[in-house]
Amino acid sequence: MSTPFLSLRDLKVHFSTEDGIVKAVDGLSFDLEKGKTLGIVGESGSGKSVTNMAILGLHDPRNTTMDGEILLEGKELISASESELEKLRGNKMSMIFQDALASLSPYHTIGAQIAETYRKHTGASKKEARARAIEMLRRVGIPQPDVRVDDYPHQFSGGMRQRAMIAMALVCDPELLIADEPTTALDVTVQAQIMDLLKDLQQEFGTAIIFITHDLGVIADIADDVLVMYGGRCVERGTKKQVLSAPEHPYTLGLLNSMPSLDGPVDVPLSPIPGSPPSLLNPPSGCRFHPRCAFAEKVTDGRCSSERPKLEVAEGRGSACHLTVEQKRELFSDYAATRHN
Amino acid sequence: MLRFLIRRTLGAAVILLIISALVFVLFYAAPRDPARLACGKVCTPETLALVKKNLGIDHSLPVQYWDWLKGLFVGRDYASFGHCDAPCLGYSFQNREPVLGTIEDRFPTTISLALGSALVFLVFGVGTGMLAAVKQGKALDKIASSASLIASSMQIYVIGVLATYLLVDQWHLMDRANYTPFTDDPGKWFTGLLVPWLVLSLIFTANYTRMTRSQMVESLSEDYVRTARAKGLSRRKVFFRFAWRGAMGPIITIFGLDLGTLLGGAIITESTFSLQGIGKLSVKAVNTNDLPMLLGVILVAAAAIVVFNIIVDAVYALIDPRVRLA
Amino acid sequence: MSNTNPLLDVSGLTKHFPIKGGFPIRRTVGAVQAVDGLDFQVAEGESLGLVGESGCGKSTTGRLITRLLEPTGGKITYRGQDITHADRKGLAPIRSEIQMIFQDPYASLNPRQTVGKIISGPMEINGINPEGGREKRVRELLEIVGLNPEHYNRFPHEFSGGQRQRIGVARALALEPKLIVADEPVSALDVSIQAQVVNLLQKVQRELGIAFVFIAHDLAVVRHFSQRVAVMYLGKIVEIADRDDLYDNPRHPYTRALLSAVPEATVDAEPRERIRLVGDVPSPINPPSGCRFRTRCWKATEKCATEAPPLVQAEGNKPGHLTACHYPETADTVPAPRLSKDPEAAA
Repeated sequence: MSTPFLSLRDLKVHFSTEDGIVKAVDGLSFDLEKGKTLGIVGESGSGKSVTNMAILGLHDPRNTTMDGEILLEGKELISASESELEKLRGNKMSMIFQDALASLSPYHTIGAQIAETYRKHTGASKKEARARAIEMLRRVGIPQPDVRVDDYPHQFSGGMRQRAMIAMALVCDPELLIADEPTTALDVTVQAQIMDLLKDLQQEFGTAIIFITHDLGVIADIADDVLVMYGGRCVERGTKKQVLSAPEHPYTLGLLNSMPSLDGPVDVPLSPIPGSPPSLLNPPSGCRFHPRCAFAEKVTDGRCSSERPKLEVAEGRGSACHLTVEQKRELFSDYAATRHN
Repeated sequence: MLRFLIRRTLGAAVILLIISALVFVLFYAAPRDPARLACGKVCTPETLALVKKNLGIDHSLPVQYWDWLKGLFVGRDYASFGHCDAPCLGYSFQNREPVLGTIEDRFPTTISLALGSALVFLVFGVGTGMLAAVKQGKALDKIASSASLIASSMQIYVIGVLATYLLVDQWHLMDRANYTPFTDDPGKWFTGLLVPWLVLSLIFTANYTRMTRSQMVESLSEDYVRTARAKGLSRRKVFFRFAWRGAMGPIITIFGLDLGTLLGGAIITESTFSLQGIGKLSVKAVNTNDLPMLLGVILVAAAAIVVFNIIVDAVYALIDPRVRLA
Repeated sequence: MSNTNPLLDVSGLTKHFPIKGGFPIRRTVGAVQAVDGLDFQVAEGESLGLVGESGCGKSTTGRLITRLLEPTGGKITYRGQDITHADRKGLAPIRSEIQMIFQDPYASLNPRQTVGKIISGPMEINGINPEGGREKRVRELLEIVGLNPEHYNRFPHEFSGGQRQRIGVARALALEPKLIVADEPVSALDVSIQAQVVNLLQKVQRELGIAFVFIAHDLAVVRHFSQRVAVMYLGKIVEIADRDDLYDNPRHPYTRALLSAVPEATVDAEPRERIRLVGDVPSPINPPSGCRFRTRCWKATEKCATEAPPLVQAEGNKPGHLTACHYPETADTVPAPRLSKDPEAAA
């Protein structure tokens, strides 16, 4: 068996704050192959962004403790030195962020920022790096790249800034691209353009992509596999089709049911998940979703509040829930019926 | 940039014009007649008229103001002093010296004091603030906070006298404050102003340390700093290439205001250290009803502040391309 | 929809923000045409959805209706009374009847005030003393929006995002308004919480008979909440219709493109037809001549550049379904071309 391209083994990321320890990621494992897209879904505080900052080693070591393993082509990253990580960041693995305006330096031109990354990792001359920046801008669909290369981020439109950010992330042909809600701040028509662009670039270069989002619709569009996070843990994973069409965790089901659709019934109320996402300072015991779960009482002995459900994964498919398969079949079908009738 | 400079210069001219008119009006609102004072104890109406004519104040207020303005641009002829070349700020009522010459003598002292101490507190304050931000140490921050509180509650005449007593009289570490023109002897210029510089900057440095630290910490948490790290730049590079620029904007703005404060406080500084700058000059001008001198001093000081502010705005725009100069 | 006596009647509503510039003396050299000639009505108890992408003027419209902004032109009539340029005094009675709910539940509540104070604020300002006192009324309101009335003395930071938005709703309800303008009320909330707030607003709308102008960019949320929907593009309404007409039979190419771009959380065997718009929305400072959408429209002709299409009941539209297009889409219109890989290079 060959080693997977990227592999997380029981990752734990804890922050120490004045109020106590925040267990932002609490035992997360997954594999990702080249050329594939893993969608990570979760709400605020689910640990999805923290996980990916951890892969790049961007957490402040002074208040962060990390446990477990992050293996990139078999190389362990948690114990890697800062200078080793600096060589990887922006080069073999890179990241794009949600708010491109805030994430690009307002003090430097778009071209300078792209060229800087290229020079840092290839040692190219200023001239070569500038030519490369123009080429990258052309590749991500910026019109007149040889002129726009000297613009500042505030002179770009929202969609163009996100394209520029993608150009910067891809300038060294990374093998892993982490996209943290890259389309959330964009309008739907622009979002569609950006997702098409990412798909095209992935096809061309075989990049592995981790796509973080809270929007299941975006997941349906772009991901191969899906990982659903709640309260710092993975609650469900599988292929896109498995997770979206036949969810196995009450949280995933709840998310799907709470979303209004373009063709569902309109005169019935939506089915929200009651309550709010948990505080990670003082998370619920047992299954972290149990205080909001509609089915917690169906499980005997109060196991939902006392025992952490194991994530049993077979062939990439699994969920962390105490309900039995039969119970799910029975309980979930009622819910599915109300969704699309 | 050129448009900005032209527009701001025009704006500054208007401001200075308004200030001079205000001073003129306020001066004559006071119930004292400079001609009467200059005329002496035995003063006949004839001599009074002559004095007025000699001083150039034998006309109505608007005409006087107009004469003064004209003098600024084309020069002016006085009955007693003869011709005064443009820019003519007139002659002192008090000692009959040309105002411009006196100010030219005194202004370098004041500006050396202000700019010198500004340089000291800017370098030390921003430097220690940066250091504190790198270390993210809370201790230095706390020290700077209390130091700035103590410093700002201290008055220059207290620390000034104390510093002179200790550094000069007791320990003989430094020279007593005095002014030697830079062009005469740069060394003496420096040693002569060192004590006032240190005292003045003492009041400001801690504040700048605190401000710089908090601005840097905020700037380091910006998204673009995270992006810079994510593309493989080292902490050091991120710090010096990205973070400081975000921090400097607010600091420069405050700095522009503090320069004004320094000039405004020149009266106290110069009295404390017995230096002959325009601060002292203005006090004297007020006490002796010396309108031309007062006008000249106020105009020059105001012009300096206006110029500082234009420079500050231009520097801000150079640091931050999002700022549009208009 | 009764047009005979609408609650709110907006005609020709225009808002241009002046741009200062010029040299050496600064003067107005242009205008951001944020909103440019809107016509629509809102009936009592009805919910009108305003959708569009950023910069289309939907939020400006909301602020004009509530008269937080002064219109540049046009007319706003509320219950037969012209409030277009009404002054502070003229607006006083209306201020209590038209309320607003904002997007950011963190920024729109005063952190120093208790929930009780925040919600009773509008009553105090307007000198309203409900039967049984203000506190009793606040507790009732807290109950209506699904919060614990015992939380009267808590501060906003003690609540989650969804709960804060409920506080915002309670505040808007305090004066028993007839019209609520909700500007992106759920877009800052987590997905699982959005549905809670949408349901709450729907309950409020139905049970209290309050009319809504619901401003949002999320087409699915708007569809769920609004009986009638107006689609805006660059300061103009391009299409307005009853919900089902608009979503099932979009006639304006932009509406169609917008709907097709919404990602849906379903994995279909056959992917939906997708229309990819090219480029970005043009600047509202110097919008395209004629039809403002023409620069991104695959059907645009010479006519579109010279002649602005009026908002009319296009042939084949049901009554009340208005479209501003020279070449409205029909069910059997050939779908838009699937554009090349690189949309902007194709432009």
